[in-house]
Parts: sequence; structure tokens; C-alpha cells
Amino acid sequence: MVVDLDTCTGCEACVVACHAENNIPTAGPDEAARGRAMHWLRVERYWEGEFPDARLKFRPVLCQQCDAAPCESVCPTYASHHTDEGLNAQVYNRCIGTRYCANACPYNVRFFNFFNPQWDKPLHLQFNPDVSIREVGVMEKCTFCVQRIKAVEQTADAEQREMKDGELKPACAQSCPATAIVFGDLNDPESRVARLFESGRGEKLLEDVGAQPKIVYLKRQAEV
Amino acid sequence: MSEYADTLVADLLRPLVKTSWRFWTLVVLLLGVVSLGVGSFAYQVNTGIGVWGLNSPVFWAFDITNFVFWIGISHAGTLISAILRLVNAEWRRPVTRCAEVITVFALMIGAMFPIVHLGRPWLFFWLMPYPTERQIWPNFRSPLVWDFFAITTYLTGSSLFLYLPTIPDFALVRDKATGFRRRLYSILALGWSGTTKQWHRLESAMQIMAIAIVPVAVSVHTIVSFDFSMAPVPGWHSTIFGPYFVAGAIFSGIAALIIAMASIRKFLHLEKYLHPVHFENLGKLLLLMSLLWGYFVFAERLTTWYGNAGSEMTVFWQTQRLSFAPLYWTMVVANFIVPVTILSFKRTRTIAGCVVASFGVVLGMWLERFLIIVPALGHKYLAYSWGSYRPRTPEILLLVATFGAMVLLYVLFSKVVPIISIWEMKIGEHPKLAHEQRTRDEAQAMWRTQP
Repeated sequence: MVVDLDTCTGCEACVVACHAENNIPTAGPDEAARGRAMHWLRVERYWEGEFPDARLKFRPVLCQQCDAAPCESVCPTYASHHTDEGLNAQVYNRCIGTRYCANACPYNVRFFNFFNPQWDKPLHLQFNPDVSIREVGVMEKCTFCVQRIKAVEQTADAEQREMKDGELKPACAQSCPATAIVFGDLNDPESRVARLFESGRGEKLLEDVGAQPKIVYLKRQAEV
Repeated sequence: MSEYADTLVADLLRPLVKTSWRFWTLVVLLLGVVSLGVGSFAYQVNTGIGVWGLNSPVFWAFDITNFVFWIGISHAGTLISAILRLVNAEWRRPVTRCAEVITVFALMIGAMFPIVHLGRPWLFFWLMPYPTERQIWPNFRSPLVWDFFAITTYLTGSSLFLYLPTIPDFALVRDKATGFRRRLYSILALGWSGTTKQWHRLESAMQIMAIAIVPVAVSVHTIVSFDFSMAPVPGWHSTIFGPYFVAGAIFSGIAALIIAMASIRKFLHLEKYLHPVHFENLGKLLLLMSLLWGYFVFAERLTTWYGNAGSEMTVFWQTQRLSFAPLYWTMVVANFIVPVTILSFKRTRTIAGCVVASFGVVLGMWLERFLIIVPALGHKYLAYSWGSYRPRTPEILLLVATFGAMVLLYVLFSKVVPIISIWEMKIGEHPKLAHEQRTRDEAQAMWRTQP
């Protein structure tokens, strides 16, 4: 996945789409104030400079699907593990809730179900049937919309062809009005993400921590 | 039997024989405290761990602090007692059992927390390797699984280490008891009759255990420290944590031992056997550990500060100057300034002085663990996701209940088992058998109750 920080306007449509797609509970104002809000994807906001010369920077942060993920090695039950496809998967049924993965994660993108999930009405009427609901005591996080990946894979398999670039969009990428989020195969040199990564603006978040994140951020250049 | 041995047995068995109303009041009171913790846990399981103050990103706080703290306290016993046995320090005799009991109970309390703190505690057995139709084993790369093995090994070892030298005392009580008690202590005494062969075997077994338990104890707290140092969290990812944690554990363990011994001495009227010299010696050990602790903190802080890495320094200043500074400096006072001041001078190294210093150390060491865990988790790399932490009632109750449980277990134990080893006192020279210098064989012969 590539996130273009130049085009991101911080509108948070991706956050809403992610909630809707992945049945993420709403914590409510009290719990959110306690720091229990759950957003698999958040738009971080950083101010630079002093008013009136302040400049606002946005950075959507989600699970970086690390290749050397610190969350995976510390999980005692393999609830957090690496799939053959390179996804950083979370098996809710296997999670016993040590929360060690969330502590080890340098990006703070893992979320814990402190209570059984609930939704503000009428959100409880629009669950996505392809995504399981998580119960109290388990950890959850961005899956790269694994349900969509599986669906596109199955279609491609049925039609006996390879997946096409751009055929697959996670909810965040699909809903981004500025197309700041692009999803694709970094191993395919012809793909749009690979070309954006090679554009010279590509960088990774907290690369020196050594988790080998997969998400590429395109550095901000615009002066506005 | 000599007159000295008679009074010794009478004195040390008195808590088993005489029970005053004070004992029952204390037990009821402590049961009340413990049930608060049990109730709090039930509430937490029923509602969710959200009843604690934990949040994102501070996913561990009181729970793991209590875990590390109590495992630390457990190093009192076995380690100190094993070392004193190995170097054959004569003054150890009335001290060892008090210490070994602390180990077993503190370990039981500490080992509960990795289970209590789980989001789904009813599935704790997934941490263990067991044959299952799903053919999944625990992840052996996870420090939490190392914890499981380290703690179960240590608990087994220290229970044996406590039990072995208690066997002759169980036999003594068995021979003096009647009815149900006689049957109970017969089982516990494992058919001990005091033959030379049995003594020989007991001594070999004790020797083996004393040697084996030292590396186990060191490895346990090293592995506990790995829970932190293995994760790429600023303030955690440090190579000094292994020895630093072991030193801290022994430090808090000695403090707990001094408090326990002073209480036993006072409430069980054992002034004749626990002398000021025991506190003096343990006080010196505590002083040594306090200085060692100060050295470790200095080394750890200095290298962090000098290295000046951005994310490390954020956590560094949180503890040194910002929101966690009041707790940090309380810790320094309680762990270093107070004990070093009191224990450096012979005049203040009295029983009371040692107890005051020990309370400081217990408080300080709890804070130390808290200050390692919480500021670091609250200030990881991305400033946008920083957070803080404030405890809530259920976790405070749980903390209080652990202390209640420790005292309760200790009180009950000293009611059924002589808290000072009778046979070791008999064999030993301390306090000296004034006019009867005996050889070891004679002393053993004096003890032998059955042919």
C-alpha cells in the first residue's frame, strides 16, 4: 500500500469506511476519553510552526503489515502470525488477551476489546456479514481488508487468471476522495504502487525500529 | 534431652499449640481483604478488563507491576537461604525457613497475575504445551511462554526446597500430636524416623537443591526482565535489564524477609531465637543491595542520557522531570537514600531501623517496576498516540488483596508448621549450647526419636 501525504486532506473518510467495512465498535465519548477508542486506521495530525505561520500535516496510520513484525514473535499463542501471503494476521479465536503484541507494536495500531463490543444506533443494522465480530478480551487490528482480498482471489481463481492491478481496493483506498491511498502488489514492477514507491518520494514510517513495514508513504512536497 | 532442647521445642511449637482470639481476628480480617480482591477479579471477568484503568497505548500497568514485584519478592527466600546454606553461615539457622516460605507464597501470588491480567483468563492454559486435536503448540519465541516454564520450574524447585528441611520437624510434631493431627503430620513426615541413612539422604538432597535453585532463581527474574527488554519499546529495550532485575528482586526479597522476621519475632514472641544480630546481618545485605541497585540505576540512566536517542529521551524525561517525576524521586528516596542512610550506621542499624528501611524498599521496588512499564508504554514513538494512565478501584483492590493474601498465607503457615526450623536450631551452634559443645553426630543422636 502507498499513502501519498501530498494529496491526503485529512478528511477521515477512510476512517469511517474502515469502521463500516470491518464492524469496528464505537467506544462512546466516555470510553474514548479514557483512551479506548478503536480506529484501525487513524489520521494523525501534527502542527508545525507557531500561529499564524502554522502548518498542518496529516498522516494516515494503520497496521504496517511488517515483515519482521514485533507483535508476531511475542504472541504466546500464535494469534498474531504471518500468513504465507505476507499478511500480518490476527486470529481472534486464538487470542487470549495478553496485550503483549500491542505493547511491542511501534506504531500503536493494535486495539483491545476492553468490553464486549457495542455500536451506536443505527450502526448495529449495517454489519458487514463477511467480517466476524470480536468479543471482549481479544486484540484486533487492520487486516488489509482480508475479506476483500479473499473475494478477489476467488474470483480470479474461478476465471483462471491472475489478479489485476487495481482490481482490489481495501475500504480506505476505495473511499479516499483524493486517491491518496493506493493498494497493489509491490512485487509487481508494473503495478501502480511499485511505480509510486520508485518515484523517489517513497519512505517508510519508523524504518529504523527495524520492523520492516510494508506501507510506503510518499513524502510531502507541496508548500500548502 | 537437654534442658535447652526442651525449651527450644516448647518455644518453637507454641504457635502450633496455642491459638488466641487475636489469631482468629487477624485471619478473618485478612480473609476480608483477600475476598475484596477475589470480588474485584470476578467483576473484571464478568465485565471485561475495561474496569481497570488500562487504555490504548498503556496496555499493562498495575497487573504486570504486581507480577514483577511479587516474583521479585520471591527471590528472598530461596536465593538467600540457598546462598547462606552453601557458605554454611551459622547465623542462617533461624532465618532460612522464614525466607523459603516467602518464596513459595510470593511466587504463587505473582504467578497468578499473568492469568488474572488476560483478556480471556479462562483460556490461560493455551500458554502451556499440551496435546490438542488442533495440533497447536504455544509460540516458543514468546517471552511469555519462557515465563511459564521459568515460573513453574522455580515454583516446583522452591516448594521442594521448603519441604525437604521441614520433614524432620513434621516428624517431631507427629510424635507429639494425637488424633487427626497425628495422621496429617504422619503423611507430611513421609515416614521419617531419623536414621543415619535418612539424615544422609536429606543432607544430600538439600545440598543438590541449594546448588540447583540458585541458577533457577537468577534465570527466573532474567526471563521476567525479558518480557520488557525483548520488545522494541523505548525505555524497555536494554541489555542491562537481566542483571538489573535480578538485583532488584533480591533487594526487595531481603526487605520482605526483614519485615516478616520482625513480625514473627514480635507476635510469636521468638525474641530468644531471632536476635538483633540477624537483623544486623540482613541489614548489611540490604545495604549492599541498595548500593548495587543505585549503581544499576545510575548506569542505566547515564547510558540512556548520553546516547540521547530521540524516543528514549522522551521516556527518560517523563520519569526524570515530567509527569512521572514525583513517583520517580519517591522511588529514589525510598530505595536508596533512606536505606543507605539508616543502614550505613551501626547505631541506626537496629531492628526498628532495618524494618523502616525495608518498608521503604518494598514501596520503592513496586514503584520501580511501575515506572519501567507505564511511562514507556505511554510514550512510544508516534507522539499522536501517546497516552497516560490512572488506576481505578478494581485494580487498586487487587493490589491490596495481594498483600492481604501474602500475610494470610504466612499467618496460616506459621500456625501449622514451626516457622523456625527446630532441628536445624538443635544441630546448630546458634544460639550456642552454652556448656554442652556437641559434635554433629551427638546432636543428631539427641534428636533421634524412633529406633
